[in-house]
Formats: sequence, structure tokens, C-alpha cells
Amino acid sequence: MNTNTAVIDTPGEGPVTGAGGPLEFHVVESQDGHHDEQHHEDGGGTMLGFWLYLMSDSLIFGILFAVHAVVGQRYAAGPSPADLFEIDMILVSTFMLLFSSITFGFAVMKMYENKLRGMTIWLLVTLAFGLGFLVLEIMEFSHLVHIGATPSASAFLSSFFVLVGTHGLHVTAGSLWLVVLLVQIHTTGLTPANRRRMLCLSLFWHFLDLVWIGVFSFVYLAGVLL
Amino acid sequence: MSDHTQHEAPGNYRSYIIGFLLSVVLTVVPFWLVMADVTSNVALALTIIFVLGAVQILVHVHYFLHVTLKAEQGWQAMSLIFTLILLVIVLAGSIWVMLHLEENMMPAHEQIERVRNLP
Repeated sequence: MNTNTAVIDTPGEGPVTGAGGPLEFHVVESQDGHHDEQHHEDGGGTMLGFWLYLMSDSLIFGILFAVHAVVGQRYAAGPSPADLFEIDMILVSTFMLLFSSITFGFAVMKMYENKLRGMTIWLLVTLAFGLGFLVLEIMEFSHLVHIGATPSASAFLSSFFVLVGTHGLHVTAGSLWLVVLLVQIHTTGLTPANRRRMLCLSLFWHFLDLVWIGVFSFVYLAGVLL
Repeated sequence: MSDHTQHEAPGNYRSYIIGFLLSVVLTVVPFWLVMADVTSNVALALTIIFVLGAVQILVHVHYFLHVTLKAEQGWQAMSLIFTLILLVIVLAGSIWVMLHLEENMMPAHEQIERVRNLP
């Protein structure tokens, strides 16, 4: 008893020691005690952490896709995709997201060139495409609800609204984030923290376009064919 | 490479434009397939749509998300592969199980009638 406590309480000697000193089981902020954002210039672990978030988010979408695969043809004597979907409008919204992806890419390139003005312009163009996509989606949803194709009409429509609606919510969140980022960039400039936020949002934005590929292929195009 | 150098952009204008042009082609072809009623063979059309969709996802991962095997000491690619495995299990498993369940659970209308008309 006595000896045990003595061993653990020995100052300067942790219970577990590695080759180069005691192992750390927690995040070490910084060697010199600074806590500012300068020490996370390349994001530290933030970029990987955000990437892991995107991976978990894609699992959410994967489950929603699986649900749609299972119940996507249960029309309950209601309308089918061929009756409801206007493929030409989906093509337009697909291109909205695709254009917004490349304009965000240009904004990131402007950031690496330290051109604040060009970056802002490309971000505003991206925001416009994102909002255009959202407007088209809201118009589509309100049209569907107006003609009675509500989420409660059939299992197909339930899973359709949940899957496409979840994607739309992500785009909404991304647009809000974009507005916040524009404000942050214009109050504090191209600081390392803002660069890191910019790179996180670019991953998020491209990821949403990637999910949309699944949505238009699987929900819209395959839905209309079947 | 020193820690203090300005970080290099993972992409460049050219790679973004290449990715964009590839995505345009890979988007237009499946839409054209459906909108112009190119083929009456639904299975063939579905196969083309899904293959082109998968290719476009790879294009986005490479040209827009800039996933490389080396980024984050390989953890980025590793977590992506892990997620893909999970997605394949969830999707293929759900579809497989639920279709079989359906065969056993949902008798066709005629079968119900036949049972109902049993002497």
C-alpha cells in the first residue's frame, strides 16, 4: 500500500514512460504555452478532423440512400418519379452545384495567391450558385407539396424528401457558413485561422457536390427510368 | 521541406478546369440518356448512369477534394477507404436483405385472392 502510493506520487516520473519521457494522453496545446491560432497555420489536426467529420456525414447519406433503395419504389398507389420529376430542372440545379464547385476552387487558388479581392468575388459567385440551387430545390418541393405529393403520401416520397432535404439542409448550412466566412475575412483579413476555415468549407462544399452526384444518378435519373 | 515555407496549393487552375470539364461530360451523358430516351434497355441505361456516376465521384475526389495517398500521413485516404467499405456493407447489405425479406413477406395480390378462395 505504502510503496504503491510512493511510486505513483514520485515527482517527475509518470506511471507510464516511453523512450523519450512520459507519454501524453491528451492534446498538448503548445510548447511555449501560447494558445493563439498562429500555431495552427496548416490547421494542425483540424483538416484531418474535418475530413473525418465528412466521412461520418457520408455514412448518414449512405444510410439515407440505403433507405431510398429499399422503399424508393413503394408508391402506395401514389405518383411515381416519372410523374413528378422534371429532369431538365434537375439538370439546371446539377450545373448550379458544379459551377459553384469550380468557382470555390478558384477562390481557394486566389487565397493561395493572397488575392483577397479575387477570392471574395469567387466566393460571392459560389454563394450565388449555391443560393440558386436552393431556390430551385425549394420551388421543386413547394410544387410537389402543392400537387399533393407530400412526404406522407408514400414511402417513396418520405425517403425522397428526407434524402434530398438532408442534402438541401447541408447546402443551406454551407451557404450560411460561406456568409460568415466572408464577414470573418473582411474583418480580420487572410489570417491563418481564416485560411483554415476556408479550406474546411471548400472540402465541405465539394463534398456536397459529390453527394449530389449520387442524388441525381440514383434518385432522379434511375427513379425516372424504373 | 521546411515547416516555415508558405504552404503549397494542393491543386491548380488547370486541375480544377480538367475536373470540371470531365464532370460536365459525366453529367451530360446520363441526363442525355434519360431525357432523349436513347435506349429502351433500362438495365443498360441504369448501368451506364451508375458507372458514370461512380467515375464522376472519383473525378471529384481527385480533382476537387485532392485526396492523395500521402495527405495527413495517409490517414485521409485510409479513412476514405474505411468509409467506402462501410458504405458498401450498408448499401449492399440493406438492399440484399430487404429484397429477400420482401419476397417472403409480401405475397402478390393474386396469391392473397387464391388463399381467400380456397374451399
